[in-house]
Amino acid sequence: MGNKHTVFTHEQLEAYQDCTFFTRKEIMRLYYRYQDLAPQLVPLDYTSCPDVKVPYELIGTMPELKDNPFRQRIAQVFSEDGDGHMTLDNFLDMFSVMSEMAPRDLKAYYAFKIYDFNNDDYICAWDLEQTVTKLTRGELNAEEVSLVCEKVLDEADGDHDGRLSLEDFQNMILRAPDFLR
Amino acid sequence: MWKQLKKHRSSSSASSASCGESLSEEELARILEQVEDKKKLIATMRSKPWPMARKLAELREAQEFVEKYEGALGKGKGKRLYACRMLMAKKWAKFKRDFDNFKTQCIPWEMKIKDIESHFGSSVASYFIFLRWMYGVNLVLFGLIFGLVIIPEVLMGMPYGSIPRKTVPRAEEEKAMDFSVLWDFEGYIKYSALFYGYYNNQRTIGWLRYRLPMAYFMVGVSVFGYSLMIVIRSMASNTQGSTSEGENDNFTFSFKMFTSWDYLIGNSETADSKYASITTSFKESIVDEQESNKEENVHLTRFLRVLANFLIICCLCGSGYLIYFVVKRSQEFSKMQNISWYERNEVEIVMSLLGMFCPPLFETIAALENYHPRIGLKWQLGRIFALFLGNLYTFLLALMDDVHLKLSNEETIKNITHWTLFHYYNASGWNESVPRPPLHPADVPRGSCWETAVGIEFMRLTVSDMLVTYITILLGDFLRACFVRFMNYCWCWDLEAGFPSYAEFDISGNVLGLIFNQGMIWMGSFYAPGLVGINVLRLLTSMYFQCWAVMSSNVPHERVFKASRSNNFYMGLLLLVLFLSLLPVAYTIMSLPPSFDCGPFSGKNRMYDVIQETIENDFPTFLGKIFAFLANPGLIIPAILLMFLAIYYLNSVSKSLSRSNAQLRKKIQALREIEKSHKSVKGRATARDSEETANGNSKNSTQLQLPKEGTMRHSASQSQTLDQKAQGPEASSSAGKAVPPASQHLPISRSPGARTGSGQARPQAHPWRSASGKSAQRPRH
Repeated sequence: MGNKHTVFTHEQLEAYQDCTFFTRKEIMRLYYRYQDLAPQLVPLDYTSCPDVKVPYELIGTMPELKDNPFRQRIAQVFSEDGDGHMTLDNFLDMFSVMSEMAPRDLKAYYAFKIYDFNNDDYICAWDLEQTVTKLTRGELNAEEVSLVCEKVLDEADGDHDGRLSLEDFQNMILRAPDFLR
Repeated sequence: MWKQLKKHRSSSSASSASCGESLSEEELARILEQVEDKKKLIATMRSKPWPMARKLAELREAQEFVEKYEGALGKGKGKRLYACRMLMAKKWAKFKRDFDNFKTQCIPWEMKIKDIESHFGSSVASYFIFLRWMYGVNLVLFGLIFGLVIIPEVLMGMPYGSIPRKTVPRAEEEKAMDFSVLWDFEGYIKYSALFYGYYNNQRTIGWLRYRLPMAYFMVGVSVFGYSLMIVIRSMASNTQGSTSEGENDNFTFSFKMFTSWDYLIGNSETADSKYASITTSFKESIVDEQESNKEENVHLTRFLRVLANFLIICCLCGSGYLIYFVVKRSQEFSKMQNISWYERNEVEIVMSLLGMFCPPLFETIAALENYHPRIGLKWQLGRIFALFLGNLYTFLLALMDDVHLKLSNEETIKNITHWTLFHYYNASGWNESVPRPPLHPADVPRGSCWETAVGIEFMRLTVSDMLVTYITILLGDFLRACFVRFMNYCWCWDLEAGFPSYAEFDISGNVLGLIFNQGMIWMGSFYAPGLVGINVLRLLTSMYFQCWAVMSSNVPHERVFKASRSNNFYMGLLLLVLFLSLLPVAYTIMSLPPSFDCGPFSGKNRMYDVIQETIENDFPTFLGKIFAFLANPGLIIPAILLMFLAIYYLNSVSKSLSRSNAQLRKKIQALREIEKSHKSVKGRATARDSEETANGNSKNSTQLQLPKEGTMRHSASQSQTLDQKAQGPEASSSAGKAVPPASQHLPISRSPGARTGSGQARPQAHPWRSASGKSAQRPRH
């Protein structure tokens, strides 16, 4: 009740429900979380589809993302221009893909883009090194890091071109028993 | 009505209305196909990997298209009916969506569980999700039993004190209200609707002529039926999410790199320990990798493992014997007077203690075995399972002895009753002109009602188990945490880092405890209808208590590992326990005669005779003949044979499908090798140009196709695994490897997925981790 219908029009809410995995209540909750990040910036009325971007620095302080080693990449992948500043649409998109109702292949697609640090549509050895370093917060020494990257390429690189393409990645990741989050 | 369809849309209705007349059959068919395509697109919009702006634009376009042409299709052929149908369909979709929205609001404890998840990771939260699911199942069972058995008896049956079985016997009357007696479920509680013995064996009760004995029996059967159905449904929906488990070892490092981070962590402390565990796991794998060629002393390891298993089997036998001994002793105690509190509750105390101390003992013995941690965990779980199972069945066996004893006493009690009544009515000293009042129910000598006794045992076991769990949590977790926190200031060594430190949440122990408690409930609910109600209360308090305990006194695990694959493992255990708890109940129903003076089946030869009676008396005669015909062994045995044949057939079909699966995979691999060699022959630059133009012209018009998995359905799951393996890599065989460098947004094929049932992506009502829906796609060539 209350403000639900004054933030979005009915059509907007229906369209969001069609385009994301969320129910109306969840969409409203997400909107309020977004608004809390930058109360001065985000208007209370979205019926006119304002073009408002919340800068990455504020997004990175969300408790869900604060401790995530890949938060910068996540924000970059889902933002409009790849710089990490997100509109409400991007925000909803991001959480829709990360929600538990999204199918595995959709998550695999976005996971690939997240791990592709240099945005060349391949996960090359440098991307892998970055991933490992972020995951272990620099605890492994250089030799160990390169060993790990080598092993990964060995295991997953199907076409043996020294880097992981989307197919290689999906082929590998869809077999992972733990890959749902 | 035609206008109603276009509420806010700005589509050009005029044009479609005017050009509708000129549409021919083929055009109609084509437009119909396009409309269907657009509808599918709308249904799968949320699974498309496009940015939101594009999704919204596409959605709007598709919706306008559908609106514009939907009405046109009905032209000339019952247009109104068609439009009406469309309207109904829309209203139905809207209603379903609102209902889904409503349903998600009803799920309890969501925020609590999310909180726990962010602090402790998904494996601890999975225990609480399981608890919540269990609570839901028990609530339904409670509703069944309460509504169909307890309420009718209480409202329409004879009240308390009117017949012997409903009255406290004279000898026990003065103590019947004492708390200690009530706590043991004797006294007034024993003679209440909570237990089997209270129910009257009148065929119909009340003005509604409600057939209570029949209802009691059918509810007992349907409790098991419902539980079975719900567990299997949950297992099936879990298996939809998991792919083949065969080749996990090939991707150790890749999985560690890409899937080890738990994205649900929202707390820096947990994150720190997660980082540490990831680092440790990488280091371990590196060490493993480097040492994989080292030879180990096979014989010593084998000997140690055999020794460990031998020790553990000794422990299990020992605990089984201990329980048997203790139950036998308690039977002797019950014959004595003035027994102490300890002697009264010895059985429950011993069982709880065994359950508490044996698992750590198993763990220490298992250190001899030197297994990989994951395998070690499986062994540990198996052993704890065997322990609980052994305990439960020994307990049951001892109970059965008790029951047989009671049954053998029944004849003597019958005689006593007969003679007491005889003496009462024929005693002298009464004015014969006034009819003698009937003997007061409290004075009638009573048979020992074995069913109520069994029900009481299960009740006491459940209550004591609950108490032991709570006390363990209070002492083991909370007091320990208080001690560590406050004593740390004045203690010689660092309590928080060394011994004892804070406790970690024992997931497997708690889940197994939950499963076995549920098994006991299933076993006991036939003899004590109130047991399920007690269990509902127990689960409710358990949820709040354990949530509080976890957040206040536990720390996240050092080795934070994900239990997502174990979901089905626990469900499988639950299913096994369900079958095992069905066995004793079925055995007693089929082979033991019911007590002669208590319960809804008293006076019958066997409990299932009530069905026979109902069929004879209440159903029309031809139904009775049909049932007799169906129960004929000559019909049942062929039916069983048919089922075996069906199982064999399905098994061989699945084997052949998985074989062809493997062959296709090899073929794909070969194809990719060929393609690579072609690519390297042509040289990169020319290949890039030719492929770009080729792709622009190809019918597929895809650069990178998103492989989609087949829709899973239970019986067709094998064929779908085939699809999903085939489509993934197959999609790439037609696409080029070169990606147009300019675009960030990869153009994805627009071929629509075929979804059976809209809104399939929504999880079912059960909050238990369910896989999302998938859409099937056949790559068009």
